[in-house]
Amino acid sequence: MTAMFEQLEILFSYVFIQRALVVGILVSLCAALLGINLVLRRFSMIGDGLSHVGFGALALAAVLGLAPLAVAIPVVIVAAFFMLWLNERGHMQGDAAIAILSSSALAIGVLITACTTGMNTDLNSYMFGSVLAISEGDMVLSIVVSVVVLLLYAFCYHPLFSVTFDENFARATGTRANLYNLLLSLLTALTVVTGMRLMGTLLISPLIIFPALTAMRVCKSYRGVVICSMVTSVFCFVSGLVLSFLFSLPTGATIVVVNLACFLVFSAAGALRKN
Amino acid sequence: MTPLLEVRGLTVRYERQTAVDDVSFIINDGDYAAVVGENGSGKSTLVKSLVGLIPPAAGEIIMHGTEKSEIGYLPQSTIVQKDFPASVTEVVMTGCLGRGQRFWPFYTKEQKRTAADTMELLGVTPFAKKSFRELSGGQQQRVLLARALCATKKLLILDEPASVLDPVVTHELYGILHRLNEERGITVLMVSHDIHCALEQAKTILHMGQNLLYCGSAEEYHHTELYRRMTGSCGDMPHSHTHHNVHHVAQAHSDMQAHSDAHSHTAAQEHTDHHTDGEAAT
Repeated sequence: MTAMFEQLEILFSYVFIQRALVVGILVSLCAALLGINLVLRRFSMIGDGLSHVGFGALALAAVLGLAPLAVAIPVVIVAAFFMLWLNERGHMQGDAAIAILSSSALAIGVLITACTTGMNTDLNSYMFGSVLAISEGDMVLSIVVSVVVLLLYAFCYHPLFSVTFDENFARATGTRANLYNLLLSLLTALTVVTGMRLMGTLLISPLIIFPALTAMRVCKSYRGVVICSMVTSVFCFVSGLVLSFLFSLPTGATIVVVNLACFLVFSAAGALRKN
Repeated sequence: MTPLLEVRGLTVRYERQTAVDDVSFIINDGDYAAVVGENGSGKSTLVKSLVGLIPPAAGEIIMHGTEKSEIGYLPQSTIVQKDFPASVTEVVMTGCLGRGQRFWPFYTKEQKRTAADTMELLGVTPFAKKSFRELSGGQQQRVLLARALCATKKLLILDEPASVLDPVVTHELYGILHRLNEERGITVLMVSHDIHCALEQAKTILHMGQNLLYCGSAEEYHHTELYRRMTGSCGDMPHSHTHHNVHHVAQAHSDMQAHSDAHSHTAAQEHTDHHTDGEAAT
């Protein structure tokens, strides 16, 4: 037991782990909040699609020699608005359009990386995330973005709930639903980009979807879901990070599996409570 | 009788088709109006346009003494709400959003009081803390009605409020609406697919078929050809909306065109008369 605590002490003394913790906890909070609205509005796929677009943008930034986040943030925001538009217009079926867009962006990203640097560890860290990937600049930017997301979400909490629960009623009573839809995709884009380096392109969307689904198994009120999903999200992130260090496992994947375990436990608890 | 909602030459297109064509009418303060008509006759589209969900292609919707955003709206039920985790109080409170600061994480005391009073009025308070998804269909409609009532002081617009309810609960819901109308002076405009209930409840009938085919008192509606057609084809089976009715509508449409044109012009006048009569009687 003491050996374990010693190991943890060592873990938290590393600067890169401290950075990962700060960024990860903030991103987990943002992702958990936004996930509730995305899941309930049947927009879950947008988070997944955006992370793939983000991968393409990161690859492009690497080729052009630009700062990764400076390229990825605007590109992903534009993609988020585009996906929202696709979803609403229904020119093509929304989910199919998002699938095309995201897989194309991923493929182009892979090609760009392969043509320039070859399939190397960079690509691997983009795909599956890396706690080593976060520089100090990244951390500062992540903190700023996360705080903006959390504040905006807090101040628009009630209208966001109203629009999510019943868009028609919200619009009829003077809530500008389109504005909140835009806000939701903007915040999602920011969260996805911020969390992408840490969790990886392929593993960021579970961070958005899992906590909301987990909380919904047991909570009966919206506020309950909000609080519960924030708590489980941070808990899963921190315990996933620690476990991955203790057992030398890939961080992103460990966090997702912890989320899955949490979801299963909550599902069982929810089922038991019903009976 | 003062006019509350005035519609002038309203035309609404929905999915590239004209669903509502040049419709004009006036709803007076304190009225209880039912919009009836066959499926696809533009009832829902009309109502959606009134509450601002579908912009009109032509015409005007004028509110007298109240804002458009102050209409209490009860939409048709959506699938999303079926598994939505939200407490009854949270749902009702969203009706109060228009009454205070939107960009603020907390509701004001006044908003909370409005919600509490409305929940008490509609008998929703006993399950205030329950989850919305765990309620029965009738209870859910009552909660959504409370939410709509929080959003308005004057006008409730309801889109098929009883379509998912069984007869007993439907009766109960209509009882509540009647009370709100009589005791609180809330004006009600309701879309209904059930012509018998509509006639029993409402003071004014609007019969839609793209155009407004009839607008006038519920009593007089009994004597129209439209009423005979509506009840003749579905009188024995009030819940059947099979497509064989479409044929009748098309006929009714052309038959009644001339009549309705004449009627619409005098509707407001007749309307007023009817209400004066009604008041004298009570």
